[in-house]
Amino acid sequence: MKIHIKNGRLVDPKNKIDVRRDVFIAAGKVVAVGAMPEGFHANRVIDAAGLVVCPGLVDLSARLREPGYEYKATLESEMLAAVAGGVTSMVCPPDTDPPLDEPGLVEMLKHRAKNLNQARVYPLGALTQKLAGERLTEMAELTDAGCIGFSHADVPIADTNVLLHAMEYAATFGFAVWLRPQDAFLAKDGVAHDGEVATRLGLPAIPSCAESIALATILTLARETGARVHLCRLSSREGVALVRKAKAEGLPVSCDITIHHVHLSEVDIGFFDSNCHLVPPLRSQRDRDALREALADGTVDALCSDHTPVDDDAKLLPFAEAEAGATGLELLLPLTLKWARETDTPLSAAIARITTEPSRVLALNNGHLGVGQPADLCIFDPEQHWKVGPATLKSQGRNTPFAGLELQGKVRYTLVEGHVVYEGL
Amino acid sequence: MKNNPQLNKNGELQHLLTIEGLPAATLRHILDTASSFLNIAEREVKKVPLLQGKAIFNLFFEPSTRTRTTFEIAAKKLSADVINLNVGASSTSKGETLLDTVNNLAAMQADMFVVRHSQSGAAHLIAHHVEPHIHVVNAGDGRHAHPTQALLDMFTIRHYKKELTSLRVAIVGDMLHSRVARSQIHALTTLGVPEVRMIAPKTLIPACAERMGVHVYHDMAQGLKDVDVVIMLRLQNERMRGALLPSAQEYFKYYGLTAEKLALARPDAIVMHPGPMNRGVEIESSVADGVQSVILSQVTFGIAVRMAVMSILAGN
Repeated sequence: MKIHIKNGRLVDPKNKIDVRRDVFIAAGKVVAVGAMPEGFHANRVIDAAGLVVCPGLVDLSARLREPGYEYKATLESEMLAAVAGGVTSMVCPPDTDPPLDEPGLVEMLKHRAKNLNQARVYPLGALTQKLAGERLTEMAELTDAGCIGFSHADVPIADTNVLLHAMEYAATFGFAVWLRPQDAFLAKDGVAHDGEVATRLGLPAIPSCAESIALATILTLARETGARVHLCRLSSREGVALVRKAKAEGLPVSCDITIHHVHLSEVDIGFFDSNCHLVPPLRSQRDRDALREALADGTVDALCSDHTPVDDDAKLLPFAEAEAGATGLELLLPLTLKWARETDTPLSAAIARITTEPSRVLALNNGHLGVGQPADLCIFDPEQHWKVGPATLKSQGRNTPFAGLELQGKVRYTLVEGHVVYEGL
Repeated sequence: MKNNPQLNKNGELQHLLTIEGLPAATLRHILDTASSFLNIAEREVKKVPLLQGKAIFNLFFEPSTRTRTTFEIAAKKLSADVINLNVGASSTSKGETLLDTVNNLAAMQADMFVVRHSQSGAAHLIAHHVEPHIHVVNAGDGRHAHPTQALLDMFTIRHYKKELTSLRVAIVGDMLHSRVARSQIHALTTLGVPEVRMIAPKTLIPACAERMGVHVYHDMAQGLKDVDVVIMLRLQNERMRGALLPSAQEYFKYYGLTAEKLALARPDAIVMHPGPMNRGVEIESSVADGVQSVILSQVTFGIAVRMAVMSILAGN
């Protein structure tokens, strides 16, 4: 299959391209950019006039809910959501049921995902068995099975000694450790930021120091062990300040934040909107401003969707009892573009936060469209408006704080390894 | 659920879920209506037919004696049919969700739900999902709100102090866990009380408490100085089990209301408590039963205030 994508605005941050340029694809790879290679006969020509052609999106956190939570979402439904959102690679946290703590489970997930022939799935293995925070998993075996790193999802590790050993062991083999910093005790039972809104609504709270204390521990252990650490979904001003400092001293750390935390704050909870029950909690506007600043200055490497489809029943409960999380794969691109517009960030820099940069975090050589690269592409209309709602979302999860909102930027084509896996109107 | 769903499109009260966001005029209207109900108890026929034929469901997911009883009495005085449901002991233990329980009862032709639930926001959730002809009264949700308690407290203060706009009011105790305190603070500030103080140790004051319009004190002597009204909050026994407070004895010594501490307030200060009281923990018996105490009046006024709320809701 040979594809000629013509007349599009090619935005390839890594190769510093942002210009109208054609892309030629053959045998699953980019074979030329700009002029048509000699003897190239396209089986298909995609006219991308007025559209942006960029690397496929790389999402550092997407829950696909398999195995175990198929009633919330299935691999089929969420893969479709991914490609409809222009996402061609995604990282799945290990908090499935059972957790991804055995090679067999990971192989099965990889196999199921591969058969669907859509986006690429990169599982994170559980850092400890059953995510219980006690015994280490077979990290080397899990890596052979396809894990790209190890994580404890949203379950805090209360025992710092276990964390130390887990990081030492991972560092032995050079495996990356992905951690969401949150102190187990300070966050216990909390459902909202410890601020004005939680006080007004009488919601059990999680203080910012739950993040900064855990972060200080993790950074100290990273220094001790030399482990490569990726910090997931930071939420606080103090948190990004600590990471900025750690990066300045040369510690090998990277971090991401979610599209929700870039746009929303505790105020959006309004009167108990359970769609705003998220993990970590939405914090103050001051925190949100600091996250935006950190995203702009590169302290934060990547934006992720933190895609968490939840069934309707689990959201139709009082705020604290409602399950946390929001659907996000299809919102990653438009919400990144929204951030870029609001902050006058150039399109190329914005796209880098959801392509090149997360790809670098993964130490994968994708996330750009150089010649010879796998042809993972997203082609989108940057002007098209659409309204977020059940009718426009492919994900089985309809839960999002952005429901009813009109967003700008719609994916028209998604290609994975040179195959058109999604075509939208 | 972004908008405050308490008011209908004409700005009238559709539900009573929280004091927050209600205009002062609405609060005054409720208090004035309550005044008109006060003398019903002295009549030969202690009932008015305002809610005749209406079915009011007292839906209590959390145990309560006083609140449930006063709602029941208020509804009966308005000639409504009252159905009491102690749901904590039935449906939810069988795994039924809150909204399923509500939908089932709504199908039994309910006109009004009086709801108490251990989760903040439960009344909002119900109000958001019921048919528009059904009214919801929040009788306490988690730590969030207890609007009728706050209204009866305002009624009591207005009864004894007349003019609210020159008062100093101190609320003493566990603000962190108290839905009563939150509703009182909103009511006091909405009605123009110029100085609302909150007195408690730091462990019982939530973050950004000042943003609700209170002045925070950690010392009783300073906080009670020259106040016109002292509102004591109930201290749950389970607070002593965690790391919030060391013991009931130490709490009483530093934050319990004694005659000696009360003497720091204005001589005509009134003492209030939403009940049930823990004598010897947050309040000394001689104060609870003393001349400055209006605690039992609060209970009596509670019936008139709840009648006012229910009749106003049913009329809108």
